[in-house]
Amino acid sequence: MKEKETENKKGISNWIDERLPVFTFINHNLRDYPTPKNLNYFWNFGSLAGVTLVIMIVTGILLAMQYTANTEMAFDSVERIMRDVNNGWLLRYIHMNGASMFFIIVYIHMFRGLYYGSYKYPREILWMLGVVILLLMMATAFMGYVLPWGQMSFWGATVITNLFSAFPVIGDYIVTFLWGGFSVDNPTLTRFFVLHYLLPFAIVGVVALHLVALHQFGSNNPTGIDVKSEGDTIPFHPYYTVKDYLGLGVYLIVFAFLVFFAPNFLGHPDNYIPANPLQTPAHIVPEWYFLPFYAILRAVPDKLLGVLLMFAAVMVLFFLPWLDKHKIRSANFRPFYKQFYWLFFINCIVLGWVGAMPAEGVYVLISRVATLYYFGFFLIIMPFLSKFEKTTDLPSSISAAVISEKFDNNEPSSAESYVK
Amino acid sequence: MSEKDLKDKDLSDSVDEEKRDFLFITTAGLAVAGGAVTALSLIDTMNPAKDVLALSTTEVDLAPIEEGQSLTVMWRGKPIFIRHRTSEEIRTANNTSINELKHMASDESRVKNPKWLVVVGVCTHLGCVPLGQKVGDNKGEFGGWFCPCHGSHYDTSGRIRKGPAPLNLEVPPYDFVSDEIIKIG
Ligand code: HEM
Ligand code: FES
Repeated sequence: MKEKETENKKGISNWIDERLPVFTFINHNLRDYPTPKNLNYFWNFGSLAGVTLVIMIVTGILLAMQYTANTEMAFDSVERIMRDVNNGWLLRYIHMNGASMFFIIVYIHMFRGLYYGSYKYPREILWMLGVVILLLMMATAFMGYVLPWGQMSFWGATVITNLFSAFPVIGDYIVTFLWGGFSVDNPTLTRFFVLHYLLPFAIVGVVALHLVALHQFGSNNPTGIDVKSEGDTIPFHPYYTVKDYLGLGVYLIVFAFLVFFAPNFLGHPDNYIPANPLQTPAHIVPEWYFLPFYAILRAVPDKLLGVLLMFAAVMVLFFLPWLDKHKIRSANFRPFYKQFYWLFFINCIVLGWVGAMPAEGVYVLISRVATLYYFGFFLIIMPFLSKFEKTTDLPSSISAAVISEKFDNNEPSSAESYVK
Repeated sequence: MSEKDLKDKDLSDSVDEEKRDFLFITTAGLAVAGGAVTALSLIDTMNPAKDVLALSTTEVDLAPIEEGQSLTVMWRGKPIFIRHRTSEEIRTANNTSINELKHMASDESRVKNPKWLVVVGVCTHLGCVPLGQKVGDNKGEFGGWFCPCHGSHYDTSGRIRKGPAPLNLEVPPYDFVSDEIIKIG
């Protein structure tokens, strides 16, 4: 019986699929895959992050074919890429701005999760894998920025590695170990290059796990209500393939604009000066995507505490599912959380802004207030709201929510009958 | 929009198939074209860069090379064999009947000035550098060069005479800038 069935299915793809079910897999995950029918454009950012990861790896491999990881030659090899290599300027500008685009995309992706409660049961591990990805991305981006061996590369590397010297007793040993010497020098550059090449592939691995975890329960959605019937979903293809494709088009336009018209807008001019271990630039700042964390570091007058707080600012994200135990996921139905959420969002922008300002006068005060709110939001407001916040009426199902939005009447019952 | 409108719209007979096909083909076409252009310009980064191309000419002063001596110079990362041939060597090269050759070429067609033979010193079999430039070297059965890798013999015109190599040693593009100086490339 079984054999007969096999016989009946003809063709190369079936022959392969029998033995290695790749086509079944694709079909299952990208085609028939039932997806909530009410996802908005914020659900595009996961696929955009995936595309960006691929762009970064492809351009990175091509750059590595031209780059020389040696303190004597690194800067010149990058200038050679800009001037002599065919389309080298394009390659480098895509990779450089791609890093910024990657962080924009992933930050929006995370704020989406934060707003719609996507980190809550049953998606805790999905969220935590996301935080692991974020950490890997930060390490990769930091080490990548060191490679051109300009002034900002060198002094950024010096400052960031010195963060570890804050730890008592072992601090200095850690720093010497990281450097492979007594200052940021050739051994440091070589290992940073190797790790910068390696970590993106680690990210690919964690992203794969991220997607396995996602497909275990499927996507959350703007209402935060679980899928209750088949009527609440639509197949991924063609509905979301097309929607992701449209989003990709818009994204690439923005990306291309940055690459072709403002390639150095997000960079720092000092990094076009070759590294000089004898002179620190007057005003050193990290790349924009690290600024909020940098602001937290500088808000604290104590060295060790500042460093710990900065690390804690990322680590606290791991505990989100247990800090916010409110039953309702989506902020749309949580009137108080919603307001604190937007305040938190603005607060992050403020942190980013003071991070770029000199650490003096009123900026210090602002950064302290903003740091307090950053942690207060997670550690006080979230647990408090979990206990006491009353929610507005929830729609009875995703379909009900969709229909009542469409027809502006609140008769979920008739709406549901239409869908079925 | 009313509920009824939506219902009507959803009926499959109101789908404009032609419009769908048009949209699908134009969208996919554009994506393929854009992807191809991007891929090609990125792959192009792996072609020789401007600084590499800038290194592709070499000038050589022939004056110090005595009759019977050879000189090896680098051009594009490869050895170039320059031999100041003796009249005996020129004669054997000229007296060889073209029909005996595996890769037919007269000696005249391979030189600008018969005294000077300039060839790329890379065996046309699998790329080894043949022996014959140094005084004690094995010059092979035909007095030119001998490739030790798989036993190819080249004559005094750099032509393949015996062994697995299919072609004569390549003559690089070069010019006499003056009587005693050549520019290769
Ligand atoms: C390389 C970086 C990343 C890639 C490629 C990626 C990819 C994806 C994709 C394709 C989806 C499904 C589509 C969507 O819901 O947008 C998704 C969902 C999700 N991601 Fe990520 N992600 C990345 C980073 C992160 C980070 C840093 C976090 C949080 C710390 C995170 C948390 C989540 C959550 C909670 C979901 C489920 C959202 C929902 O169903 O509502 N991801 N991710
Ligand atoms: S490479 Fe010269 S004989 Fe094979």
